[in-house]
Amino acid sequence: MIRLSINGKTHNVEVDPNTPLLWVIREQVGLTGTKYGCGIAQCGACTVHIDGAAVRSCSFPVSAAAGKRITTIEGLAQGKNLHKVQQAWLEHDVPQCGYCQSGMIMAVAALLKEKPKPTDADIDAAITNICRCGTFQQVREAIHAAANANAKA
Amino acid sequence: MQMNRRTFIIGSAAVGGGLALGLRLPFGPDVARAQDGSPEVGVWVAIAPDDTVNIRVVRSEMGQGTITGLAQLVAEELECDWSRVRIEYPTPGESVKRKRAWGDFSTGGSRGIRESHEYVRKGGAAARVMLVQAAANQWKVPASECTAANSVITHAPSKRRTTYGKVAEAAARLPVPQDVALKDPKTWKLAGKPIKRLDTRDKVNGRMVYGIDLNMPGMLNAAIKACPVFGGTVKSYDAAQVSGMQGVRKVVQVGDDAVAVVADTWWQAKSALDKLPVVWDEGPNAKVSSATIAEVLKAGLDADQAFIGNQNGNAKEALGGAAKKVEAVYAYPFQNHACMEPMNITARYTPDKCEVWGPTQNGEGAFAAVLAASGLPAEKVDVYKTMLGGGFGRRGAYPNDYVTQAVLIAKQMPGTPIKLLWSREEDMLHGRYHPVMQCRLTGGLDANGNLSALHMRLSGQSILAAVRPQVVQEQKGRDPLSFQGVFESGEHAFTYDVPNLLIDHAMRNTHVPPGFWRGVNINQNAVFMECFMDELAEAAGQDALEFRRKLLGKSPRALGVLNAVAEKIGWGKPAPKGVYRGLAHLKAFNSYVAGAAEISVTDGNKVKIHRIVGATDPGYAVNPAQIERQVAGSFVYGLSALFFQECTVKDGHIEQTNFHEYNSMRIAQMPKVETVLLPTGGTVWGGIGEPTICVAAPAVLNAYYRATGKRIRSVPLKNHGIELV
Ligand code: FES
Ligand code: FES
Repeated sequence: MIRLSINGKTHNVEVDPNTPLLWVIREQVGLTGTKYGCGIAQCGACTVHIDGAAVRSCSFPVSAAAGKRITTIEGLAQGKNLHKVQQAWLEHDVPQCGYCQSGMIMAVAALLKEKPKPTDADIDAAITNICRCGTFQQVREAIHAAANANAKA
Repeated sequence: MQMNRRTFIIGSAAVGGGLALGLRLPFGPDVARAQDGSPEVGVWVAIAPDDTVNIRVVRSEMGQGTITGLAQLVAEELECDWSRVRIEYPTPGESVKRKRAWGDFSTGGSRGIRESHEYVRKGGAAARVMLVQAAANQWKVPASECTAANSVITHAPSKRRTTYGKVAEAAARLPVPQDVALKDPKTWKLAGKPIKRLDTRDKVNGRMVYGIDLNMPGMLNAAIKACPVFGGTVKSYDAAQVSGMQGVRKVVQVGDDAVAVVADTWWQAKSALDKLPVVWDEGPNAKVSSATIAEVLKAGLDADQAFIGNQNGNAKEALGGAAKKVEAVYAYPFQNHACMEPMNITARYTPDKCEVWGPTQNGEGAFAAVLAASGLPAEKVDVYKTMLGGGFGRRGAYPNDYVTQAVLIAKQMPGTPIKLLWSREEDMLHGRYHPVMQCRLTGGLDANGNLSALHMRLSGQSILAAVRPQVVQEQKGRDPLSFQGVFESGEHAFTYDVPNLLIDHAMRNTHVPPGFWRGVNINQNAVFMECFMDELAEAAGQDALEFRRKLLGKSPRALGVLNAVAEKIGWGKPAPKGVYRGLAHLKAFNSYVAGAAEISVTDGNKVKIHRIVGATDPGYAVNPAQIERQVAGSFVYGLSALFFQECTVKDGHIEQTNFHEYNSMRIAQMPKVETVLLPTGGTVWGGIGEPTICVAAPAVLNAYYRATGKRIRSVPLKNHGIELV
């Protein structure tokens, strides 16, 4: 039995401790916003926050997440209020197919926490998610917009 | 997560429909209804009493904004309140019952909008006429005195008004008018505008349901492995080795070439599959390699027999008499689509009903696959679409693909829904690959440096021979699609006017299954033709743009887009220090497209693309904001292919298994993309999702030559030690 805290809720899961956190989140806990893209920490589709830091959950054993604070895309908004990154994503109409975007948004939210006003170079260094639809131009615009919302807030 | 109907605002019919099995709310039996019970006003629109407008879309949404664009076109004519619009996907099963009332489901070839705009607009217009008539009947006034706007019908003389929702039941009972006039696109208020997509909110909060996310009561998960060597089969496997593993329910053979493990969770299924001993009969292709394939193609460059795709004058003779001859050989590799969401589908089979749920670009193609694999008649089969996590041509209809596999597994466990998900590795090893091609170009210049003759010899794989053999048969063996962008006529016609021209194709098929990869054959044809144009211009001592212009006298729209990118990139004006330019153009999918790039190269091999301008003339632009995104996205897809992507063959199988060996562009490498939209109208609508992809690679290659003096003639650039930074 492993005790997980996800989006502020506790889940006790009966699962092989080597199972990647991604699959526990998707299959045992039933939160499917976090996506599978590669399984080898290459694409970032599975990005969640563990104690506030972006982590590629496909390559993170569930046992290592026990007792830590896990946030998924479903837990990013505060109640009805979207996170500023989600809001910027809406305003800039970022997603195409949308499949990579949960991971992209989680990676960006973690970046903004660390660097509230990231430069283009900061973005280039921190955001290494794959988007096969190629939304990067809008992603960059929306990151800057969210950062400005940050500054105002 | 149990499926929640709320999550299906888009595609609610797709999945909700399947689960609600025959649900029809008691609103009266006599008219067809949408899933929410609202009456159908013509087949394209159903309106609820609360004024919710269900617009029917049968094309798939895989990121291109197709459903938003189609809804804009319907809503434009319908004059409805856009904020109350939602999308409903009719199913192929319903379509069969209703004599294909919604037309073609297939979403590929950039035809989602361009080939359905007319009938969906008419559907919107007809519904408006019916709603207005219903209100007029109720008020006993002539319909001509009533107006409709924003879902409200007004009779000005008597100052009465009502809403679409209030008269929809009555309107649904009126005959559907056949000859409704459509608006002049110049008067559009909603179509043609850069409005936001309908499907974004659920894509930022994790609620959008893709095929991979489906869950149903009693559902089990399957992981699959097909023989890595195409054409090989399963010899034996030892189920006993894994059947005791946690969660494993069953190990099954799938067709003659694959084995699947079915378990409670997919991770359990995959873990067991990884441990399952399987012996393959690799069949006749176990020795094929990229090198042996390249040899076969190379021989095709000199073959006597070839299918002609475009011809005028006498190219061979004119080449013999040319003042100067230029020759070059180019090559393009196999590439995988690598959709972000790996292939998957969920199937449930009983002897009475077989249904599948999931991502497909072609609902009817999936329907046909379910029919064949289940052996059930059409009335016992249906397909419910979800959102697609990318398509790019991979999720079209191919023989013996993931839909067939899922049904074959489900048949072995009747009554249990089975979600089949491919691992990324399976997805990489069993793609429907961009065809492999070589090309020899020979050009002849006269004494004045004019292009007097051109021979383009293609040698390589035909997609249609594998996927639509009947088309190739009708063409007496020729694959017309292999000439995309250089063909004699039609939507992919060659734009240059060359007095003596021969473009022919020595078809050399391989055992690697080919597929329609975003842009399809324009990717290689644009690289071949547009890089060679630069080679010819240089041999003629002329500017690359001027040289092209002289050949485009008969193609003003091609000239239009080429001039547009040239002007925007600053062609002919000095570039910033260390920055070099290149350009390219093509006509494809009935759109004229051009690209121009500015790059710099450091250490001889590190390429930075600073800007890339894309111009497109699709005739009409339904949503300029989404077109901009398609241009930028196409460039990411095309440039990823140019720099990084090749699927090589060793011992009969594909070698690259995941993104570490098959890279894709990241944000740091993203150039600034500037889009010029030049819709010139006319009667033919062009596509958007694919055409511009093909100009990125030759524009960058031409710039690379100017920067380094090195002409690169094969893709990808990583094979030449060139990096994208
Ligand atoms: S699925 Fe985890 S990084 Fe790709
Ligand atoms: S939006 Fe489709 S992969 Fe990023």
